[in-house]
Amino acid sequence: MATKKRSVKNILIVGVGGQGVILASDILSEVAMTCGLDVKKSEVHGMAQRGGVVSSHVRFGQRVNSPLIPKGQADVLLSFELAEALRWLGFLKPGGKAVVNSQKVVPPIVSTGLASYPQDAEETLKNNVGDAILVNALDLAEELGNPRLVNTILLGMTSRLLELPDSNWKKVVSQRVPKAFKELNLKAFERGRSLV
Amino acid sequence: MKELLSGNEAVARGAYESGVKVASAYPGTPSTEILQNLARYEGVYAEWAPNEKVAFEVGIGASMAGVRALVAMKHVGLNVAADPFMTFAYTGVNAGFVLACADDPGMHSSQNEQDNRYFARFAMVPLFEPSDSQEAKDMVGVALQVSEEFDTPSILRLTTRVSHSKGIVRLGKPKESAPGGFLRDRKKFVMIPAYARIRHPMVLERIGKLKDLSDRTALNRIEWGKSSVGIICSGISYQYAKEVIPEASFLKLGMSYPIPERKIRRFASRVRKLLVVEELEPFLEEQILALGIHVEGKKYFPRLDEFSPEIVEEGLYKAKALRPKRVSVSWTVTPQTASLPRPPVMCPGCPHRSFFFALNQAKGLVLSDIGCYTLSVLPPLESIDSCICMGASISTAHGVAKAIERAQTQEKRPVFAVIGDSTFLHSGVTSLMDVAYNKGNVKVVILDNRTTGMTGGQDHPGTGRTLQGEPTRQVDLVKLVESLGIKRVRVVDPYDLETTSQVIKEEVSAQEPSVIITNRPCVMLEKFDPSLVHRVDPELCEGCGMCLRLGCPAIVPGEVIPSKKEGGKVRRKAEIDPTLCRGCTVCEQLCKQGAISMAGA
Repeated sequence: MATKKRSVKNILIVGVGGQGVILASDILSEVAMTCGLDVKKSEVHGMAQRGGVVSSHVRFGQRVNSPLIPKGQADVLLSFELAEALRWLGFLKPGGKAVVNSQKVVPPIVSTGLASYPQDAEETLKNNVGDAILVNALDLAEELGNPRLVNTILLGMTSRLLELPDSNWKKVVSQRVPKAFKELNLKAFERGRSLV
Repeated sequence: MKELLSGNEAVARGAYESGVKVASAYPGTPSTEILQNLARYEGVYAEWAPNEKVAFEVGIGASMAGVRALVAMKHVGLNVAADPFMTFAYTGVNAGFVLACADDPGMHSSQNEQDNRYFARFAMVPLFEPSDSQEAKDMVGVALQVSEEFDTPSILRLTTRVSHSKGIVRLGKPKESAPGGFLRDRKKFVMIPAYARIRHPMVLERIGKLKDLSDRTALNRIEWGKSSVGIICSGISYQYAKEVIPEASFLKLGMSYPIPERKIRRFASRVRKLLVVEELEPFLEEQILALGIHVEGKKYFPRLDEFSPEIVEEGLYKAKALRPKRVSVSWTVTPQTASLPRPPVMCPGCPHRSFFFALNQAKGLVLSDIGCYTLSVLPPLESIDSCICMGASISTAHGVAKAIERAQTQEKRPVFAVIGDSTFLHSGVTSLMDVAYNKGNVKVVILDNRTTGMTGGQDHPGTGRTLQGEPTRQVDLVKLVESLGIKRVRVVDPYDLETTSQVIKEEVSAQEPSVIITNRPCVMLEKFDPSLVHRVDPELCEGCGMCLRLGCPAIVPGEVIPSKKEGGKVRRKAEIDPTLCRGCTVCEQLCKQGAISMAGA
């Protein structure tokens, strides 16, 4: 395998339509770009907006070819939802890190009894990824005063696993959130960082 | 200046920089954002057309008038626009014309997986395939230049993975263009048979010149690596192959039709194993084989679905171009419980949901169209029986009704067609005309949610607003339907279950065609009002599950109610997620126990 390939960092961000996965991956991509790196990012639009599975691949390094992360090569798996973390585990490289929001988003197909939500999802996750970082970001966001801060808390956590300067993170987060919520988001970002 | 742009955003930027002044499209995933972005640039006129054929014809007009034009659509959109497209290939252009057409390998949000590269070969026009955002931007300019130089429309073929991936793009300055005037050249633009016969040989001559260009252009480049493996590829496949086997030799085709014969021969003669890595059909492979060059492709790479680095790796391994992996398991094992199905659903508060709930009671045959409402095929509603293409619902329903009538079968179920407002204006109007004219008896439902919902809420001739945000004339659906000759037109509020059911019943019993128009806007258009959020009173809820039959994502099963009898059915009380509920009241209407009400009340 080429050495170039090894220098590429792969972050897979997953969740459910409407959770803010796309915005989070936009922010991460921009942070990498402001650091002077090549970046590619890919996601699926369309039906995913309607409560479906959403995944966004972010890759950065000196030179990036494929916008998709090859299976088994994600350095970090960031999941906005518990069961979604399990679905995408196959992308994580051995020894890769998982940051998981333990919040559950139960699809109607479960409510109507046609499927069941994975039992003991947290345990399964821990059994497969030894040092998975699990946090109920919704609870934390509500503590901070706004459920919409889930996104920023999770990004704060992820930032600890990537070697991108703190100042670039804060600059991009500040630019991408509504002005009125800038301070609150920076607080949420710090909160996230303190968790890892 | 560098920016992180999606392929679609880059196409828009490229059009702006190349002096495109007129653009038209009908929204369709994965192409939608091209026009949405182009509309924001100063000096550009960008519009939503009611369908792709119209959009294409608007672009032709602009080109005839000496103004560079871009027309965008998804792959199936070109089926609709195929008529003007095939003949425009004969007439050629005045100012540059580029068709940005986005295929959807893997069918993330499409009804088929067609490979539109064949359309370029069909019409004998040049085809460009970018493999990332930078190329997407640059190739718009090249496609327009080629269009003008060779007097032909050009196709810029994108795929979902290029359209919706972001990459770094170097921005340029917009080109100062001096638009020419309208070109009056009747032998060129008036395609009566006598003049078309003059144009067809010119099309053949043109393709010869384009072949030379394909051999010369830097868009088709050889990247020499090891001589043991040579890979010919285009579009996103290049990126995957480059990722997996960077040491190989590459012939990267940016202009992939017509193929560069001399370059291919030169490349083939210097590598030991020649492979084509291409998504979907063996478009390049068969043309290269036809040159008498031994090449392999679909023997190792699938003809279905979207590629990924692992699929390409697997194929290269099978072709013995790559050595087997050193480690047998190179990734984390996916646990067996990981496959929670999460099919797309109608949003909480979606007005379609309650309408289909009411429609299900009529036990009819329901021919559907393409839009958010097509999701009603999934449990728990399971309301529709077909979905073919935009505008097909009404005409297929008409066919079903006529067939039943002729066959004199015992079929007594009423025949419904359901179609959205945007889709009705796209191509449902002519179908409804057919029903009226040919004395059909179809019950047509126009699910008017005041927007093009499925693609994220774009305007159309029924919304009273243009793409560039100006207020405009608005189609009056009732009057339009009446003018087609339909006498029975009813407008209902789909949130009102009882009245909706009553209206459906009345229209079914009428012995003539009728149109029911629902009038609730898409919830995504409405501002969220937290005071409307509903809750379940746990004291009153008996866990009958009636509200769950709506399939609303906001209603979830909660606390277990212990069974009275031993071994009896376990019931669970309903709960409403306050962060999802939009307060449509439909579950409240269904609850016999009166357990659901507005949270504030």
